[in-house]
Amino acid sequence: MAQATSLAPGKSPLVEPAAQSRAPARRSGGLRNIGRTWPVLVLFLPPAILLFTLFVILPIGEAGWYSLFDWSGYGRPDEFIGLKNFELLWRSGAFRTALTNNGLIIVISLALQLPLALWLATLVSHRIPGATVFRLIFFLPYVLADVAAGLIWRFIYDGDYGLVASIASLLGFETPYVLADRTIAIYAVLAVIVWKYFGFHMMLFIAGLQSIDKSLYEAADIDGATGWQKFTNVTLPLLSPTIRLSVFFAVVGSLQLFDMIMPLTGGGPSNSTQTMVTFLYTYGITRMKVGFGSAIGVVLFVICVTLAFGYRRIFMKND
Amino acid sequence: MTRAITWRHARALAACCALFSAGLTATTASADTTVHLMHVEQNPNYSANWRKIADAYEASHPGVKIDLQFLENEAFKAKLPTLLQSNDAPDLFYSWTGGVLKAQFKAGAVQDLTEKMQADGGAWANQYIPAAVKGVTIDGKMLCAPLKMSVIGFFYNKPLFAKAGVKAEDIKTWDDFLGAVKKLKDAGITPIAGGGGDKWPLHFYWSYLALREGGEAAFTEAKAGEGDGFTAKPFVDAFQKLKELGELEPFQPGYLGTRWQDTLALFGDGRAAMLLSFDDSANRQKAAAADGKGIAREDLGVFAFPSVDGGAGDPSSTFGGVNCWAVSRNASPEAIDFVKYFTGPEAELAMAEAGQLIPAAKGADKGLKDPIVQTFSDELNHSKFHQLFLDQDLGPSVGRVVNDVTVEVVSGNMEPDEAAQQIQDAFELDQ
Repeated sequence: MAQATSLAPGKSPLVEPAAQSRAPARRSGGLRNIGRTWPVLVLFLPPAILLFTLFVILPIGEAGWYSLFDWSGYGRPDEFIGLKNFELLWRSGAFRTALTNNGLIIVISLALQLPLALWLATLVSHRIPGATVFRLIFFLPYVLADVAAGLIWRFIYDGDYGLVASIASLLGFETPYVLADRTIAIYAVLAVIVWKYFGFHMMLFIAGLQSIDKSLYEAADIDGATGWQKFTNVTLPLLSPTIRLSVFFAVVGSLQLFDMIMPLTGGGPSNSTQTMVTFLYTYGITRMKVGFGSAIGVVLFVICVTLAFGYRRIFMKND
Repeated sequence: MTRAITWRHARALAACCALFSAGLTATTASADTTVHLMHVEQNPNYSANWRKIADAYEASHPGVKIDLQFLENEAFKAKLPTLLQSNDAPDLFYSWTGGVLKAQFKAGAVQDLTEKMQADGGAWANQYIPAAVKGVTIDGKMLCAPLKMSVIGFFYNKPLFAKAGVKAEDIKTWDDFLGAVKKLKDAGITPIAGGGGDKWPLHFYWSYLALREGGEAAFTEAKAGEGDGFTAKPFVDAFQKLKELGELEPFQPGYLGTRWQDTLALFGDGRAAMLLSFDDSANRQKAAAADGKGIAREDLGVFAFPSVDGGAGDPSSTFGGVNCWAVSRNASPEAIDFVKYFTGPEAELAMAEAGQLIPAAKGADKGLKDPIVQTFSDELNHSKFHQLFLDQDLGPSVGRVVNDVTVEVVSGNMEPDEAAQQIQDAFELDQ
């Protein structure tokens, strides 16, 4: 539920800025053409509103309602417990770990993944031989299904037959069981996340780089700018809308991380690699605590909405 | 997540369509009654055997059609809550009894069979062994027709035991067991294959230890919320023993990340000497082993979970599961008649002969051919108390907490009394 709903605010910033800029023109035209647009409204609006209400608004409301009950999913929710679910959530150590992990994923995404993607994008956006091949290679992990990527990396990290084990034994180290270790498992997961999603951001940056006017670089060359000066004074400022968008995707994507964690670690060992959504699944769905799960969903929803709208307000105002 | 759910929905939808069309053809063709049964049996040989039994029933009961419908385990569990509350609910469906069945009964989705089972001096109930009847009785009501029994016990690799100089016959007490673990370790052999990644394979240890420490009485008392509940001495002592086992480092390196299939493979490949597992694990290890053969039958041995010194529990009591067919709210009388036959001595004998299960019906175990499964079946027949898997018995929520804390204690990450307290907290929350 929270998944679907958090997508909605994720999409709106892409659509709305354009709509806003065009809004005044449309409004004046709309008044004049109201007679002609009326049938269109009647015909095309209800299905969209109906679907949106049925699959987005209603589930959000229901999740909010269920979160006040102790409910197994069978029959009707009839055991009203007020805010007990939220209190339990607050006290749960595993949830705090999940929150911290989500924070860590965001930090790593911003501090490691985006700079890496930007660096590679500047490399492969030049018209040099083989650039397309590299673009393809870098983008490949993103094309892979999340579940498949999780399974593949599970094999790679395997302490008995995995690639990591072979490399370790080749170098004469003791075989590490990366995913079985409470302290390092989360870093192994982070590595996979960076590997999986940097290609996506790289593609965004390449698109952004290609839209920068080449004559600006020529002018900078004539002025005698160094490569670094060109990067900080031309590339970065002109790429900033793309970077802001990329950051937005990274943050929202980090909060929704689920598919890859499940096959990779299942949130273990000892909940050390739990994210909010895997926590929701393990503690809400598999334990048949739909009420508790809904409470997690509500919290996740609030966090997503706050971040998404807050970010849009502050950083994407002018985009 | 979205992707996984869409797939599940698609499958569920397909199942729905199948059900719907099956219903349509049944009503248009004739006035026949169709009994819909939903199961999770993946093995095609086993479901073919069921089909054969159902065909025999159809032949002797004109006008009744039996529809056996398969749903993959996870899809089944995800789909069932909605399905049972709709008009397309199957008449009979596979169940693990325990907390989930109780929830289904409370929601009015399944029938109470007590009256029918007790009719004619308990003719129906008497066709099952007592442990099976006890397993499907929840709060004094029989809610399910028992199908199969499962028992947990130790499997061991005979050549590896011989190499380390360990004799399985000598493992009678927990101390003997710890001694065997030490000997195996000294011989450079991984003593136990442990599936810490899935957690539940390790909960067998604590459950059995608690059963040996406190017996039926301790569990009955804790479940009734009497005394100290799950913080009572037997449960804490069981955790203490588990901690001592963990300190010997008996499992393969990295066992906290090992999933169940890999655990079976580990044992089947001969990379670990022991495995605490289900009665049918001789086949499971074979299927999971790297070479597809696993440990040869003559090299595979079994022994019962050891007793503990001074434990109040009867050493013959067993730990395992009961599976059964639940009868849904709107099931036809024909469905009830069929399930009686389907779990009766004749049908269950055929299933036992196919090596499909340990039967819940009395006397059907004489059809068992596999000596290892026979050993377990005998154990069950002599058992005075059969404790159900805790995630069934205590419900999914408390059960998962048991799994979680068991892994924490055995890996030295949590103290015994704290683990017991967490189970008690979860139990109180669930009431």
